[in-house]
Amino acid sequence: MANPMRIRASMQGDEVDVKVLMNHIMETGQRKDTSGQVIPAHFIQTVKATCNGKTVLSAQWGPAVSANPFLAFKFKGGAKGDKIQVTWVDNRGDSRTDESTIS
Amino acid sequence: MNQTRRQALKAGGNLALMSALFATGLTRSVLARAAEQAAAGWNPAAFATTSVDGTIKALNGTNATQSTEITLTAPSIAENGAVVPITVTSNLPKTQSIAILVEKNPNTLAAMFDLPEGTAPTVNTRVKMGQSSNVYALVKADDKFYVASKEVKVTLGGCGG
Repeated sequence: MANPMRIRASMQGDEVDVKVLMNHIMETGQRKDTSGQVIPAHFIQTVKATCNGKTVLSAQWGPAVSANPFLAFKFKGGAKGDKIQVTWVDNRGDSRTDESTIS
Repeated sequence: MNQTRRQALKAGGNLALMSALFATGLTRSVLARAAEQAAAGWNPAAFATTSVDGTIKALNGTNATQSTEITLTAPSIAENGAVVPITVTSNLPKTQSIAILVEKNPNTLAAMFDLPEGTAPTVNTRVKMGQSSNVYALVKADDKFYVASKEVKVTLGGCGG
């Protein structure tokens, strides 16, 4: 789906500080187009972040999360050089996974 | 010879039509889709609620207590309701999940985060707010629910309606 997520993961002390910027329209299903038809909802429903095979964050989102969603969180148990994967699945069943190395 | 070829083509055509239909999902019922979503870890009931109490109830958090250990950082006045940055930090021990609710949005629940052990009890994201409203953070810690709220005024609503 569209463009890759931008994931920035860096060590801050013993925690990994993660910032993710995803590419998604996050259509609420509340808007109408010019002919008065409701534009159907199209939004990310679940997000999962894993590192070294362990889930470090899982989230359920509704259409109220802003378009091109931003997410920041921190976790322990990662080290410089480890890889972090972030996956999202949207309400149409599309999904995307991107990976980044912890710096 | 002609008959069997015609039959084979017909069967093939039907198969192609069915797989095309199946691919577009038209053969799946709404119920099946909801079951799929639930299996995939998305709670349709919680996202369909239209009030703070209704959402808390849908998340099994009835009788959540106000807590000063939850820090909800949000602008007092948001210039753009389409992008309101919200940070929730919980100082409650054994924080398991954090949910962000926007009281006056068409559907109250904006986002929910499950925090496994090892993940810091703080999340930062951006939500849409349709109008000025109270924003609530519902935190589950040690299997109990706590809540904190902040009023956020919005100058330009974010639902595009």
